[in-house]
Formats: sequence, C-alpha cells, structure tokens
Amino acid sequence: MGEFLILLVSTALVNNVVLIKFLGLCPFMGVSKNTESALGMGMATTFVITLATAATWILEAWLLQPLGLGYLRILTFILVIAATVQFVEMVVKKSSPELYQALGIYLPLITTNCAVLGIALLNVMEKSSFVHSMVAGFGSALGFTLVLLIFAGLRERLALARVPAAFVGAPIGFVLASLLALAFMGFSGLNLK
Amino acid sequence: MGLMEKIFALLEHGPGEHWGVHPDDRKRPAADAPVRILPLPERLHVPLQQHIGAAARPIVLVGQKVLKGQLLAEAQGVTSANIHASTSGTITAIGEITAPHPSGLPCAAITITADGEDRWIETEPAVDPFSLAPKDIAARIAAAGVVGLGGATFPSALKLGLGLRAKIHTLILNGGECEPYLSCDDRLMRDFAAEIVDGVRIMLHATGAQKAQIGIEDNKPEAIAAMTTAARKYAEITVCPVPARYPMGSEKHLFSALTGQEVPADGRTTDLGALVHNVGTAWAVHEALRNNRPLVERIVTVNGSAIAFPGNIRVPVGALVEDVLAYASLKEEPARLVMGGPMMGSLLPHTRVPVVKGSSGILALTAAEAAAYDPGPCIRCSSCVRACPVGLLPLEMSARIATSDLNGAVDLGLKDCIACGCCSFVCPSHIPLVHYFNHAKGELAAQGRTQLRNEAAKRLAVARAERIERDTREKAEAAARRKAERMAQKAAEAAAAAAAGNTTASEVTT
Amino acid sequence: MIAAILSLTLLGIALGFGLGFAAKKFAVEVDANVAEIEALMPGTNCGQCGFPGCSGAAAALASGTASPTVCPPGGKALIQALAAKLGVSVDLSGVADEGPKIAAVQEEICIGCCRCLKDCPTDAIVGAAKQIHAVMREACTGCEACVDRCPTGAITMDPVPMTLQHWVWPKPLSEGAKAWA
Repeated sequence: MGEFLILLVSTALVNNVVLIKFLGLCPFMGVSKNTESALGMGMATTFVITLATAATWILEAWLLQPLGLGYLRILTFILVIAATVQFVEMVVKKSSPELYQALGIYLPLITTNCAVLGIALLNVMEKSSFVHSMVAGFGSALGFTLVLLIFAGLRERLALARVPAAFVGAPIGFVLASLLALAFMGFSGLNLK
Repeated sequence: MGLMEKIFALLEHGPGEHWGVHPDDRKRPAADAPVRILPLPERLHVPLQQHIGAAARPIVLVGQKVLKGQLLAEAQGVTSANIHASTSGTITAIGEITAPHPSGLPCAAITITADGEDRWIETEPAVDPFSLAPKDIAARIAAAGVVGLGGATFPSALKLGLGLRAKIHTLILNGGECEPYLSCDDRLMRDFAAEIVDGVRIMLHATGAQKAQIGIEDNKPEAIAAMTTAARKYAEITVCPVPARYPMGSEKHLFSALTGQEVPADGRTTDLGALVHNVGTAWAVHEALRNNRPLVERIVTVNGSAIAFPGNIRVPVGALVEDVLAYASLKEEPARLVMGGPMMGSLLPHTRVPVVKGSSGILALTAAEAAAYDPGPCIRCSSCVRACPVGLLPLEMSARIATSDLNGAVDLGLKDCIACGCCSFVCPSHIPLVHYFNHAKGELAAQGRTQLRNEAAKRLAVARAERIERDTREKAEAAARRKAERMAQKAAEAAAAAAAGNTTASEVTT
Repeated sequence: MIAAILSLTLLGIALGFGLGFAAKKFAVEVDANVAEIEALMPGTNCGQCGFPGCSGAAAALASGTASPTVCPPGGKALIQALAAKLGVSVDLSGVADEGPKIAAVQEEICIGCCRCLKDCPTDAIVGAAKQIHAVMREACTGCEACVDRCPTGAITMDPVPMTLQHWVWPKPLSEGAKAWA
C-alpha cells in the first residue's frame, strides 16, 4: 500500500508529466482558459490515460511480447488510444454538450496527445506489474489534471490583471507556466521514504 | 492584539463593525448660518419628472396664468407624483431644460414667468389629519406631490401605503445627513422641529405604526437638542443620536444602527417592521396636511470653498442653479459643480440647471477640494473591502467589469451595491470604483430592456403570423361560402324557371 | 509476418465493432439544440442575418457556421445569451453597438402606398391607402425590412435618441491606462 502511495505521489507531483517531463503541453496551453473546461479536459484525459495504460499493458504482455512484435508497439498503441478517445468523445457529446463545445478540437486531439502515448510507452519500458502500471498511469493523469486545473485558475486571475500589451494572451501564459514549472521543481527534493 | 485575537474579534462582531468611512464633514460654518430666502427669480423651469417613476402629464397651456401651488402636471401611473407651480405667474413655455443629471441630457419642463406677487392659490381650510383615515391622508400627500426628500425621490404616499400594508410597528426618521458639506436637514431640524414632529405624528397615524425613532448623527448636537425638546410631549417619538459615519443615511444602515438588526440583501426594512422616511419628508407632510401646501420649495445647502457666503437657502422648485449661485455669490470660478452631496451627488454640466424636489445641495468646489487624480493600478490593499458598507469586494468586481465580465461582477454581488462611493473615497490608487459599478448597473439594465423589447417583438411577430393565417383561412372560407351561395342561387333560379315554365305550360294547356 | 498482420487486423476489427456499438448507444439527436437556440432569437424573421428566418440562423448557430454576433436586432444581450448557450466566448468590446435604430417615415415624401405595412414583421407601421404612414416606435425592431420596399425612399433608419431613462454611465478608462500606453 505504502509503495503505491509513493508511486502515486512520485508520478503525480515529483515527475509531473506536464511540468517536469514536458508532455501534453498542447492542451495545457489550449484548454486552460477556465477551470470548468480544464477540469472536464483533465477528467477526460485521466480516463483515456488510465484505460489506455491498461489496454496497452495487456497488448504488450499478451500479444506483442509473446509474438515478438515489439516493432508494432507504437502503431498498436496509437490504434488503441484513438479508439478510446473516440469512445470518450461520444460519451462527452452525449452527457455534456456544453463541455463538448468548450473542449472543441482539443478533445479529438487527445489522440495525438503525447502525454497519453508517452505514459503508455514509459510504463511498458519499466516492465512493471499490471497494478503497478495502472497506478503509475493514473498518478500521471492525476498530475496532468492537477496542473491543468491550477494553471486554469491562475489564468482566470490573469484575465482580470492588466498585462502590458506585448504580453497579452499566450506570452504571459508561458511566463506563468514557467513560474509554475519552477514551483513544481521543488517537489524533486521530496523525501518519500 | 495578536493576529488570532483579531481574527476571533472579526468573527465575533462580523465585518459590519467596520463599514463606512469618516470623511471630513465640512458642514460648518454653512450649517450655523440662518436660513436665507432666495429672491424670486424672473423665470422658473419646473421639470415634469422630479421623482422616481413616470413623468407627470402637463395640464396647463402656454399663456395660462397660474397661482403658486396650482397643479401644473398630474401624476401618470402608479409610481409618479404631481407637480405644482412654485410661484404665481404666466406659463411661457412647455419645453426642455438640462436635467440635474450627470448625463447633461434635457428633460421636459414647464417655464413660469413670475409676476412677482408670489400669490398662493385659494385652498379650503385644512381639516384635522387625525380625523382622517390613513387612506385619505395618503391621498392628500399624493395630491401635494410629496416625494422622499432624502435624495431617492420615491413618491411618499406610495411608501406610506406600503408601510400600512406591511403592518409596520416602527417609523424611522432619517436625520442622518451623512454626506459631507450638506446641512439642509440639520437646518430644518433646528428651525422647524415642531413641524417635523407634527409630520411624524401624521405619518404614524397614516401607517399605523406604534412608535417613531428619529435617528440623527451625533455631529449635529443642536438638531438633536431641538428635536428632543419638540418630541418631549410625545412618548411614542424618541430622538436617537447615532454615530457620525458615512453612509449612515442609507436606510438599511440607519435601521441597523437603531435596532441592531441587519436587513437581508434581498429584503427591505418593511420586512422587519420598519419604514424609513427623511425628516424633510415629515416637514413636507406637515405642510401638506396642516396648511394644504404642496411641495413647491425646499431648503438647499449652498456650500464649497468657491462660495463667498455658504449657507442654507429656501429655494422654489425650478429656480436655476445660476440664480442660487448669484445670490450666494461666488468667490472664484468653481472647478466642479455638484448637485447633492460630494459622495453621491451628480456633476452638473453648467449652471442653467433647475433645482428640483430632490436637490439637497449645490456645491461649488475649488480645484483643491475636487482633487481629481489619474487612477493608478490596484495595489490590492483591500481598503475598499473594509469600507464597503454592504460587505462586497469592490476591487474584484471592478476588475471583472473592466474586462467586460458583467455577470462575474453580478455573481460577486453587484446588485447589492448602493453606489455610496465609500470604495472610491478610500482607494489609494484613485480608481473610480463606483463609476465602474454605475456603468455596469446601467449596462445590465440596458441589456434587460433589450431583452424585454425582443420578447415583445417576438409576441408581435407571432400575432402577425396568426393573423395572416386567420385572414387567408377566412378568405378561403368566404370564397367557398360565396361559391356555395351562387350555386344555391343558380339552382333556385333554375328551379324557379322550371316551375315558371310548368305554370306557363299548364296555363297554356288550360 | 503473418502474426503481425493477423494481430493488427483482429485488433482493428475488435475496436471497430466496439466503437460501432458505442456510437449506437451514445447517439445524440442534434436538433434539440436548434429549438432551444431558436427560442432565444427575436423571432421576427427579419432576415438581417442573411439566413432564411430565425430558424435558419438557429440551425447555422447550432452547426457552428454562424457566430453569436449574427443577429443585429438582438443586441448585446442576445449575443451573451447565445455565447452562453453555445459554450463559446465572445469579446463584446469588439461588437460595434452604435445603438439601436428604428424606422421613421418622412411625411413629406410618403405617398401612402401601403407596401411597407405588409413587410413589417411586427406590424409596427400603421397607415391606410393614400394616407401618410407612421411608425410605432415601441413596436419597431429596426430590422430595416421596410426600407427597400418604399418606392419613394421615405423610410429612413434613425438612431433612437438618448433619453435620461436610457442613459448609461460610460465605462471608465482602465486604471494605469496612461502608464501602459
């Protein structure tokens, strides 16, 4: 149990997928205008990452490894991820049209979100157990959601601030992101034992 | 005091203990000078709308001679008030004049050229108000065109009726006069204490309330003394000094100060059994009921460093600000002209603006007093949060309004803002916070009006579509009917012809 | 080689069936949104948006081919309502709202032909044959449907005059505006 907790904190905070590994920056800048859609995006991505981690682990352990098809890894992984994203898109469209509108192009883009593929590939490289992989995948996704939410909250405040004309929009967003990344680097000194 | 103790103290007393600001009141020496009477100007411009609600409808004609107190325009609709002639003379125009309003837009007004006699219209002798039913008192007050003289100018008869229906137990008289510079209510209470107390007793009778409390800020000791003496005979009327603090004159705040109860944001004082009226209104009620005199003049404070002889002046409604300023004489050209108090009054575009029923003061401020600064960035000191008497977050609301997020400001309580100006007053960055709120409220009201208009248009369009459909249907039906009739007629003719043919034939045969 | 082809094909078929089933299960009827959007529109079918009536504009809005700023008579209030409904953000400061306009009949040119009466979607123009027509200000939505119908050009669009009741405090200049400029 303690081991899983450490794993969760390690993947969510210490090795944060966005701010430490710099994966999934596209939705991080794109869907962080307000906290509501950020939370929706975070939850959708969490769902996709967790499901994709499970599916890819099974694929790797039962298909690719036994048949020696390691070279098909990226191809099959993307296939599975794309299918999962399609599924999530349908569910979101049905259950919350507002969220569907707000996420817009970024929802189908989860398919090509490097965080999803990256986490799946990293997990497979680790050659860890199924549960271990699942916890690691879920922790990373949680870290992604957390960072997205914090950043969206900051940008909501930023929208009220008077920003010098040259920095309006994305530039000040990147300045903010770098400050947030600096803050998350503080977790690297965390003693988990 | 440690931080925790401070937090506990705040939790115990609530933020309500801290509200408001303490501006330098600058009421004297104007408050101590005896009331002067404005020499009758040559012309008076009486606006048709001097109250909240619909403008009154003129019932006089150009060229008509009128006497002082004669009805010029009658109330139109439920929320409206009668307008009377403030002097005797001839109606020379029914046109427009600049309204005492920050927009500087014109409003409809009746111009009276005074004949100099200032003769009152003959009235029947006044009856004892205590022999009248509350309904009749309200009717007489409405006929006299009395409106709330505290500044909101809500028709007083309506408000008394509201109190009667709500079965209020306390009548609160607002003698707070918390705005700096102003002393018209102070002067009225000093000089007409007995009349005000009489008006209060009539209002008690008209609302069915058991007791009256007259709240007066403790920076007016003379007024407190005069009112206490005048109210001594009546056990149901008490004079209650309240601490001087702006905006004590806000009815919810005066109510809280007197009763210790807080009025909910979406409620009124009548929900808690109290009705708040201005002391000036009590005087106007006395005049209306005891002397049959409508509201045609008021005491106006003329103050500010640009005025040579500051003081209080009795001014007929419709006199121009320039007449009043000429009488009080200007020492220097004022940098800013304000009608009302410096906190909530409206900036005047020029001096050719009439004095109306709700004009409490005319301020001619010098550049040093007006002190216009360029706004700087918000430093998040939260001075405005502490000052806000209704417990809002002015800095957050203004930031949202600045980025056109009006609904965000409404979520933070914009609709509870009373536009008292405390936030702008304390802001060290000189951000015009209350200006933001006034802008947002106006913008929201405009959006509401557009919405109503759109809904009305939709109804009209639907009605038109229905009408066109009905018309075509009826036309088709009428055509079918006519066709049927023609056929029937033809058949009848044919039958008749046949019958006629038969008869002739039979005739021939016989 | 065979194993690779087989496994990829099987994987594709399995996922395809899974998605096909999900598409049936989570199918949405798109029209529900259109009806709700149409309810927000002015409903006068004036045609200023360039779509066939308000229902046409609503369909275009729902499919995302029209912007929430499509309806001039709706004003800022409608833009905000539509933006909230569609879940998009609109910058209102860019919308040129030079104030509402309403039609007015130039009495010296009007010949009383009654053509404009028939085109007014809200019955805001009154008149009879050979009589000068007049516009009821309260009912006019400023849709301009009548302007082109008039054979003598007697109908003009006039801005609604600003009155005390409609006046709104202007937005103050942002603090620090001078410092940044």
